[in-house]
Order: sequence, then structure tokens, then C-alpha cells
Amino acid sequence: MSQRNPTISKGIDWSLVWIWFTLCVIGITCIFAASWHEGDNVVQGFLSLKTDYSRQLLFLVIAGIVGTFILLTDSKFFTATANLGYAFGIFLLLLVFPFHTRVKGTESIIRFGSAFQLQPIDLMKLFVNLALAKYLSRVETNFTRPRAQLIASLIVLVPAALGKLQDETGLALVYFSFFLVMFREGLPPSVLIIGFTFSVLVVATLLMEPNTLALVLTGIAVLAIYFLRKAIKRSRNVLVVIVGLWVVCVGVQRFVVPWTFHHVFKPYQVKRIYDAIGKDYVPENQAVEAALESEQKSSNKKSSSNNNNYNVKQSKIAIGSGGLIGKGLLKGTQTRYDFVPEQKTDFIFCTIGEGFGFLGSLAFLGIYVVLLMRIVTIAERQRSVFSRCYAYGVASVLFFHITINVCMTIGLAPVIGIPLPFVSYGGTSLLTFSVMLFILVRLDADRQMVLR
Amino acid sequence: MSVFNQSRSNIIRLIFAGLFLIISVQLFHLQIISKKYKLQAQANALFRKSVYPTRGIIYDRKGKAILNNTIFYDLVVTPSQVKNIDTAYFCQLMNIDTAEFRRRMTGPKIKNSPRAVTFQDLLAPDMYARMEENLWKFPGFNLQERPVRIYPYNAAAQVTGYVGEVDSAILRRSNNFYQLGDYVGRSGLEQSYEKALMGQRGTEYWLKDNKNQLVERYQDKALDTPAVAGKNLNTYLDIDLQQLAERLLYGKTGAIVCIEPSTGGILAMASGPTYDPNSLTGPDKQANYAKLALDVSGPLLNRAIKGQYPPGSTYKPLGALIGLDEGVITPASGIDCRGFYYGCGEVRKCDEHEPGHAANLRLAIAHSCNSFFYNTFRLELDNPEFHSPRIGLMRWKEYVNGFGLGHRLGVDLPSEDGGNIPDTAAYDKDYHHAWNSCTMVTMGIGQDKMQETPLQIANSMCVVANKGFYYTPHFVRDIEGSPEDDTLLSRFHVKHQSVSRISEDDYDVVQSGMQGVVEIGTGRVARIPGIDMCAKTGTAENKQVIDGRVVRLRTHSIFAAFAPRENPRIAIAVIVENGGYGKDAAAPIASLLVEKYLRDTIATDRLELEDEMTNKNTMPRYLVRKQFKADSARAAEYADETGDSSRWLKYQTPSFRYMMLDTSDNSKSPLLANLRKPAPYKSALAERLARIRAQAAAQQRAADTNQQPSQQPIQQSPSGDTIVRRRSPRTVKRDSVAAPNATPSSPNTPVLKDTTQQ
Repeated sequence: MSQRNPTISKGIDWSLVWIWFTLCVIGITCIFAASWHEGDNVVQGFLSLKTDYSRQLLFLVIAGIVGTFILLTDSKFFTATANLGYAFGIFLLLLVFPFHTRVKGTESIIRFGSAFQLQPIDLMKLFVNLALAKYLSRVETNFTRPRAQLIASLIVLVPAALGKLQDETGLALVYFSFFLVMFREGLPPSVLIIGFTFSVLVVATLLMEPNTLALVLTGIAVLAIYFLRKAIKRSRNVLVVIVGLWVVCVGVQRFVVPWTFHHVFKPYQVKRIYDAIGKDYVPENQAVEAALESEQKSSNKKSSSNNNNYNVKQSKIAIGSGGLIGKGLLKGTQTRYDFVPEQKTDFIFCTIGEGFGFLGSLAFLGIYVVLLMRIVTIAERQRSVFSRCYAYGVASVLFFHITINVCMTIGLAPVIGIPLPFVSYGGTSLLTFSVMLFILVRLDADRQMVLR
Repeated sequence: MSVFNQSRSNIIRLIFAGLFLIISVQLFHLQIISKKYKLQAQANALFRKSVYPTRGIIYDRKGKAILNNTIFYDLVVTPSQVKNIDTAYFCQLMNIDTAEFRRRMTGPKIKNSPRAVTFQDLLAPDMYARMEENLWKFPGFNLQERPVRIYPYNAAAQVTGYVGEVDSAILRRSNNFYQLGDYVGRSGLEQSYEKALMGQRGTEYWLKDNKNQLVERYQDKALDTPAVAGKNLNTYLDIDLQQLAERLLYGKTGAIVCIEPSTGGILAMASGPTYDPNSLTGPDKQANYAKLALDVSGPLLNRAIKGQYPPGSTYKPLGALIGLDEGVITPASGIDCRGFYYGCGEVRKCDEHEPGHAANLRLAIAHSCNSFFYNTFRLELDNPEFHSPRIGLMRWKEYVNGFGLGHRLGVDLPSEDGGNIPDTAAYDKDYHHAWNSCTMVTMGIGQDKMQETPLQIANSMCVVANKGFYYTPHFVRDIEGSPEDDTLLSRFHVKHQSVSRISEDDYDVVQSGMQGVVEIGTGRVARIPGIDMCAKTGTAENKQVIDGRVVRLRTHSIFAAFAPRENPRIAIAVIVENGGYGKDAAAPIASLLVEKYLRDTIATDRLELEDEMTNKNTMPRYLVRKQFKADSARAAEYADETGDSSRWLKYQTPSFRYMMLDTSDNSKSPLLANLRKPAPYKSALAERLARIRAQAAAQQRAADTNQQPSQQPIQQSPSGDTIVRRRSPRTVKRDSVAAPNATPSSPNTPVLKDTTQQ
């Protein structure tokens, strides 16, 4: 179809492009605010390519060029190459194991020389999204059947597992967001509900005294029995289910969580989870403590990211000190004097929080909300399942990144080090998200077409 | 597509919206509700830098600064900037070895600090000069100004006090007004007037970065408050008088207090032994302080307000006044005393034997008749009006308290003592209620339980001089820049006049008696021709507990006086411990001081007396033993703590003990030598003579040049004096006129030579 419409602007949803551009500009401004110092030459700074904000500007230009090329590409190219791309992505992920370089505590990065580095697990989001969309849009796929659901889950979880093996928990977790896509395509809601209640239970376990929580759970069970006493009279099974659930919950709380924390997670991960919920992690014994210390030492090379408690505290202080309207751009005392570590990448939201306050933060998050809602709207107007699934995939990944990143900075989520889309400093991240978004724009331009 | 999938898109939207809502709530909590983070942000990035004002200056009554500020320098180091310095040379300049240098640089105080830290504080002037010259060779090192107290007259150490770093007790008491490292007045006027002297600390707000380095001023100094310099104090002190008092008290333990009776202003307050106040400000202040604090003769003690002595006979004028007012004696009352008092069964001695020395009140005071005042005291207690010595004693106490005795006067110095005037309770306790006026009859001559501080004695002289009132003795006349009705000083404007009911005639009689003391009585040595001085000598028993035994030592010499009798300008109390009779040490000293204050100079014929008093040494020998015991006890303690017993063993060596404790005349004991150090003053007489000669020579030279301008230039020889003598007899005559008794009594030509060369 695109052949018949030589102008690339035909059918393009400009709102997405403008939002993308706005976010990128905000990002560069924030990086500028975080790294510019009194007396630096602004123009020279932007042209020199030596400063972070000038580099980010360069990446924005590159992303724009790549986006233009994508818009010129035929939509069928993406459906055709989806599986191939997935295979290529898996191949890259496997290449990581022999060729990785250890950077900042992760083993997921391949370096080419000193200038360019590739993180396949980051790039893989795009391929997984395409492949999942491709699989779900197959005519043969009947997603109501467990087999199809299992295959779809595998498509998503294999890269996640590889990412976990590469010590990149944060990005591996991103893949779980694709379950939202599957949910839209018919995955039973119980999966999401169980997942949600389970996570609530885990957090409650960490926060509350074990006995208190057990009492609370028992209380809930007793209340449930009381309210459902008529149903129980009719059928004994209800009682069995309630008691079964109670046993499972207490079991999880009493045994599964402690066991997991001791045997599955590494001490530093446990510490991060505790940091996020605002509790001090006291290592159980000498061995764990030693492990924690050696972990901190080895990841200490880049001088940051180890003391997450400090990071979160400083980040909360920075955001909290912003007040209602903020201190103004370049006026933030916390972000300007490097109190918040990683503030150009993972903690960039602090700059907005401190500089523009509550209202500025709301406005900024509002842009994201508009973006996500817009993508959902776009998804629902697609004729082809492939485009819809892909659009939902983009929305889910963005959503996961945004919420986890922001929650991280305001102390609602553990520090897992994932960037804020389009805003955080980092070429790979910006390019990946831009490409994902522009493919969506391209697919949306052909929304009348049925792609397979 | 089934419909349920449509609803699921809404669920997804709801999930999106829900999570963003949670984020918004948390943001609202962080940014709007919680104030904690704003405060923490300030603590993070704002540095409140205190700017210290210069402390106020203390002036004497003539406007001379007796306590001033000067600048010393601290050597500070910023560890991160120290690169490639010539350590050996640096150490050579600083007089330390390289090991010490390394120890300091790697010490926790310096090593981990991102900001400049003091490497050595208060550099000695010569070291400062060396460092300043070579500072460019040592990057990272800087010299930082630091205001320091200085005492240009080297006097009034115990009065002015000293400043020192705050300790935890002061920090707590000040409610965190002071910060660690602040300097505050730790004693004397520095402490009493801390509020006025310190001024107002200023504040500068700086932004700091995550490495704690100060980056720039916050909000362009909008919030900064400037430091307000401390207020200056104008005092009543006469620094010349003060210096003379300290000079006369050299080599003695004791105290001198001079008060202006009409205002209560303290003209001089000296305590012996004293110390050089400058030694507690400079680079060696710590070591010097330790030395002073460990000295058993107590140079840090202000005996003028902390020393409590039996007033001895100086109490007698007060006893006479009380007796006159109660009507138990009259000016004509007399007693036939032949040197003994038999009134209380036991025979008590009186120093005067001449019959008729106590024929009337005036003579009794003049000759300090003990018998008369025993009798007077008993009459006061056994006054038939009261029917009971209990009431008599309490009434008597009321009178005495009215003279400012028996309680703290409230002078503007910290930790004043109040002396002691006993009441019935004290005797009830000691004698199980079985006492009468004979039990305490020696109180009539200022002994028994009666104790007064030198300040109180001087103040009681003020009362007699003023005929019934006194103002609380104080140093500070006004605080510069304070309103007239300053609350700090208002209590010094209150007239205490509870004994003003005693009639003026009674005061007149007693004053006559006191004038008699100087003219015909016990204090004739204190007479100053042309000045009507009223005085009273005193001799107080001196018992000390030495090695567990009560030993009767040489008596304290006391003298209390005021002058002139009409419109008195100075009241004075002098106590010289172990000084003998009142006339031996205290009276001449007081007399010299009164002359100095009233005449501004001491007559040349009394300069010999001044020299004699300056060089008089009454430091008791038991201090040697006391010092030795204190030192050896400290050595034992040191051995206990550290296990190093070498010092202690030294004190156990018999030969060393013998040498140290030897107080015979040819002793080599450094402890004794320390007590017997000759006065570091030039002879007043020699100095005065030298000055007169110099003036005379200058005048004469001027006269010569006027007479014969072209003839014989003076630079003929370095020994100009010979020319002078040879050539012009007229000038020799003038010389002798200028200093009538100078020429005969000056054997030393070197002095002459020196002065003419000037």
C-alpha cells in the first residue's frame, strides 16, 4: 500500500511523533540541568559532543533519521522478518555469554572497542514484541488453548531467563510486561490476579511481623467463612477452597518467601528489595554478610549503584524538596551538586521533581499517560491482530519502564536500574524505544491493511 | 474479536491509570505533605558557616586598652591539594620531624577531610614569618587569620580571665547556642560579660556539593547575616595602679583591692601570685595552663574574691560603730589596758602595753587595743536592751551584714566567695547551746569564725568612708553601645544603706580614730605627708594544716584604709599572707598605692620603700613540701595509669627527695628557687633617677645649643656627660634642684651614661 502512497506522511499519527519529540527534548534538558555547571559555555557544550547532553542530542538526531527510514519501510517487512529477528536476538543473547564485559555489576553487555557497546537484552524487547505479535496473529493460533498460551509465554520468558542469567534482573523483568498483551488477547484474568495477589503477599511478608501476618490471614479466612456461610452450607467445596487458599498463603508467607530469599536471591538483591520498601536489611549470618560485602566491593568499581539505600534516600530528598512548584531549572541544590547518583540515567526523574515540583511532575507524567492512552487507542483501531498486539506490546513495555523507574525514584519499587523511556541518558535505550515507537507509527499508518 | 476483549482494553487502561494515580499520591506525599525532605535537602546542600565577630575590648578608666585583639595565624591544609611538596624542608620550617608530619597528615582528622583542616594552630610569630615566605612552595597549605586576645599591660590576669574552647557542660547549658570549637570567656570579666563581649555571630549560607566542598554562596548572600563586633567595656580599673599593685604583690601570696567609694567601681584588684595573661593566649597556652593549674601556690586563684581571711583588727572600726550606735560605748569610753584582758577568766594578750593607750575610743582604735574591743563586743552582745546574748549576737550580725560582710557582694566576676559571719545556729551546734559572749569574744578583734574576703574588707572601708552606704563593687562602668539602663549593670546603681542609720557623728569619731592609726597609732608607716588617710592595720592568726598537723604560721598582714578623709576617692584592702604585722607588709603597700592613685606618682623619697616592698618575699616554705607532695602523687598516678614508673621512682630516691625538700638557705631545690625568684622588675628608684638625669641632660643640652649655637658641636664624644659636668656648673646645679636627693644616693654612673646617650 505504501507504494501507492509515495508521501510518507500519509496516515501517520503525528500526535505520537510530537509526544516522542517532546519527551526527548525534556530528556536533553534534564541531562543538561544535571550536568551543566555555572560558567560552562552552552553553545560550545552542545556542539562539542563531549558533554552528555550534546551526545544525547546526537542520538536524538540519529533516532530521527532511523525513524524516517522506518516510516519509509513497508509494513510487511516487519511481519515477514519478525521470527528471523527473534532468532537473531536469541543468537545475540547467547553471544553475550562468551563475549560479555562486566560493567556496573551486569554481564549483559558486549563491547566493540571502547566507544560502542551493545546490550542484546535491551534490544531483544523489540524482537520479542514483533515475534509475539506475529505468533498471536497467526491464523492457526487459538489463544484460548493452554498450548498456545504456553508457547506465547515461552517466547517471552526465554529471553527473560537469559537476561537473568546475565545478571540483568531489571531488564529481564521488563519481559513480564508482555503478559498484558496476552491478557488483552485472551489470557485468563486469573493469571494476572494470582500474580498480583502473590506480589501483595510477598510485600506484606517483608513488611509485617510473620505472626501478625499469619493472624491477619487467618482473620481474613475466618471472615470469608463467615460471609460465605450460606454458600458453604450449600457446598463443602467452598470451604475447602478457602482453607486451601489460607494454607497456601500462610505457607508462602512462612516458608516460601524466606526460603526464596535465602536460597534463590543474592544478598544484594534481597537488600535492594528491603531498601525499596524502606526496611533495613540485617544479614542473617556472617557468610551472607561477607557475600554482601564482596558483592558491593566488586560492583563498586563505578563508585555507584551499590548503596541503593543512599540513592533512594537522596532521590526522595531531591524530589521531596521540590515542593509544589519546584525550585526552577538549574536551581535544584540536590541535583545540581551530584547528591543523587546516576541522576542522568536511572534517577533523571529527580531533576524534574526537584526543579519543577509536584505540578511539574504531574504534567510530565501526564505526557506519558497521554502517550500510553494514545497507544491503546491506536491499538484498538487496528484491523490486523499483528499491529494490535504490537501496539499493546509497546504500551506494556513503556508502561513497565515508566512506572518502575519513577517508583524507584520515589521509593515505591526496588532499584533495578531500568531507564526512563526517551528521557534517560543513553543511546541504546533511546534508539530502541524510538525504533519501537516508529514501527508502531508505521504499522498504524497501514491500519486499514490486514497484516499477517 | 469478541466483546470481552474490548472490555479488557479498558481494564488495561485502568491499570495504567491506577498505577499513575499511586505515583501521584506518593509524589503528593513527598512534595506537598512531608516537610522532612525539604529540611534534609537543606542539610544536604546548605552549609551554615558561622562568621565570628571580634570580641569586645576592655578599657581602663583612662581609656587605655588593657585587653585587646590581635591576629595570629593557623596553618591549615587541604589534603586533596597537597602534591609534591618538599617534606623535609617543610618539617625543617615547622620544627617537626618527618615522622610527626606523616603522623599528622595520615591521622583521621586530616586524611579524610575534604575541606581545609588545621595543621597547627596559632603559629608563633617567627614561625609565621618563615611559613609565609615559603608558603608558595607548599600547595594545599594556607595561613588562616585568627583573632586572639592580647594584654598590652601584662596585668589584671585574674580579673580579665581568659577565653577557651567551650566544653560539653557549656554547650548543654547554652541550649546549643554555642557550637563545638567556639571560644567563650572561661573566667573573670571575659565570662561575666560574655554576652556583651562576644558580639553577634554572623551567618553565611554556602552551597556544598556531594563531596562536602563549599561551591558558591547561596542565593547571592540574601540570607546572610553579618557578624556584629563585640561591645567594648569601659571599666573603673586604673591600669597603672593595677600594675603597681601587682608589682608590690610580687613574691607574696595575698590580695589587693582598691575601690572608689563614691561609685563602688573597682580601681585595682590584684592577687598574688599571678601569671602573665598573654601566656594563656598564644601557641603554648595549653602547656602554660597546665603549669599554672598544677602550681600549688594557686596563680589562677583570684584571692581577692576567693580568699577568705579572718579580718583581724580591720574589723575594729566596725565594732566601734556598732557599739556607738547601740549606745554601749561613747566616744569617751576608755579602758585601762596594760597589755592584757582579764574579762573572760582566761588572760588574753593585747599588743600595746603603754598605759593610757585606750583612754578613749579614738586612742583605742589608733592603737588597736584588743582589750577595748573585746569589751566592746561583749557589751554589744550583752546589751541589757536585748536581755540575751542570743538576740545580741543576731542584732550584731544584722549590723555586720549591713557592712556587706557575710554574704556575696555580687561583684561582676564569677565564683565570688561570701566570707562568714556566724549566727547563733553555728554556736549552738559547736557548744550545744551553752555559750555566752565570752565564748566568741575574739570576734571582737576579727578572729574566731569571722571570715572576710579582701573585697569585702575594702568594701567595708567604703561604707565607713561614705558614712553609711556602699554600691556593689564592680569593674564595668558602661558597655559601649548599650542603653543607659542596661540590665547587666543596673544592679550596680543600687545604693546599699542599711547601716546609714548609724549617725554621722559616730562615723566621724571612728574616722578620727582611723586617722589616728596613721598619725599616732599602729599604721604610722603608711603616713603620706599631705594626705588625710583613715586606716586600720590588722594582724590575723594563720593556722595551716600541714601533713595532718595544725601549724601556727607567721600571721597575715592586713591593712584597710581610705583616703582622703574628706571626699574619699579610694578605699583599699591589702592582705599579705605570712606577712607579719599589719604594719610590716600590708601598710606600706597600701600607702604606696594610695599615694600613686591620689598623686599619680610616688614621691622620690618613697621609691626606696617601693623597691623594698617589691623585693620582699613572703612565700611560705611549706609550699615546697606541698608542691613536692602534689608532684609525686601525680607521678604515682601516672605510673598507675601507664605502667611507666620511672618518674615515680625518681620521687622515691632519698637524695632527690632531700634535695627537693631542702629549704635551708643554701638549698639547691628548684621548688624553693621557684618561690624565691627575684622580682623581674627594674628598681623603681634607679629607673626614676635615670629618667630625671636624662631629662636634666636633655634640658642642659638644649640650653647649651641655645647659648653657643656655633661653638663646640656636641657629638664630640660618646661620653657626653663628662663634657656636661666639666663645662657648665650651672647645669649641675639645676640637676641637683630637679632631683634633690637623687645625686647623693646614686652611686651608679653607668646609669648616667646610658641615659645621656639616648
